[in-house]
Amino acid sequence: MKEKLFEITSEPIKVDQLIKKVESRNAGAMTTFIGTVREWTKGKRTLYLEYQAYIPMAEKMLKTIGDEIQRKWPDTKIAITHRIGRLDISDIAVCIAVSSPHRKAAYEANEYAIERIKQIVPIWKKEHWENGETWIGDQLENVAYLTGKPKMEGDNE
Amino acid sequence: MITVLLFAHLQDEIGQRELKLAIKEVTVKDLKQTLTESYHLSQMETTMVAVNEEYALDHDVIRAGDVVALIPPVSGG
Repeated sequence: MKEKLFEITSEPIKVDQLIKKVESRNAGAMTTFIGTVREWTKGKRTLYLEYQAYIPMAEKMLKTIGDEIQRKWPDTKIAITHRIGRLDISDIAVCIAVSSPHRKAAYEANEYAIERIKQIVPIWKKEHWENGETWIGDQLENVAYLTGKPKMEGDNE
Repeated sequence: MITVLLFAHLQDEIGQRELKLAIKEVTVKDLKQTLTESYHLSQMETTMVAVNEEYALDHDVIRAGDVVALIPPVSGG
């Protein structure tokens, strides 16, 4: 079975499996980003989160991010997994692994990936607090997109 | 027939994951307006539209058989 480099899953994320996916004899550095569920946000206590995704499009957009990274940092390898469903405090919501011949590209590409996830990948988070619940949108405070869609690489400014 | 997929607060507001609409052809902009009015959907001004898993623009045309998704601002990560 061919492993998926860009995946939405409802199972717990195994970080070591993502690292395996980007292993390379040309790599001199690997970075992993692990996004976890935080208990306190601006004085409000989260009990648990619920993530929902438009799965086929989300996986496609993760792949798009991978393609963008390949163009910007040509010798890197990248794998991204995002979990959906109910997640408790400290659970891993997303993991990004990047390998590269040198560390700078591995750090930069990894940060780029998480920023892009927050812009273009159709995944939504519902916060369940002690006294209610809300779907979170607009974490980056992007007010309405001027063109009606998020900026894709190659778009004119 | 056009299929419209709903997510996040829009799914909660309508109480359904998808709608089937007997429409032959409509622009993204007109579809958004129709849905906003018929279902009293909130925050539609910041909601994007994807047609067949690609982000679409207001003037893009949706045709029978297409799968449309209403995409509120995303919050992954």
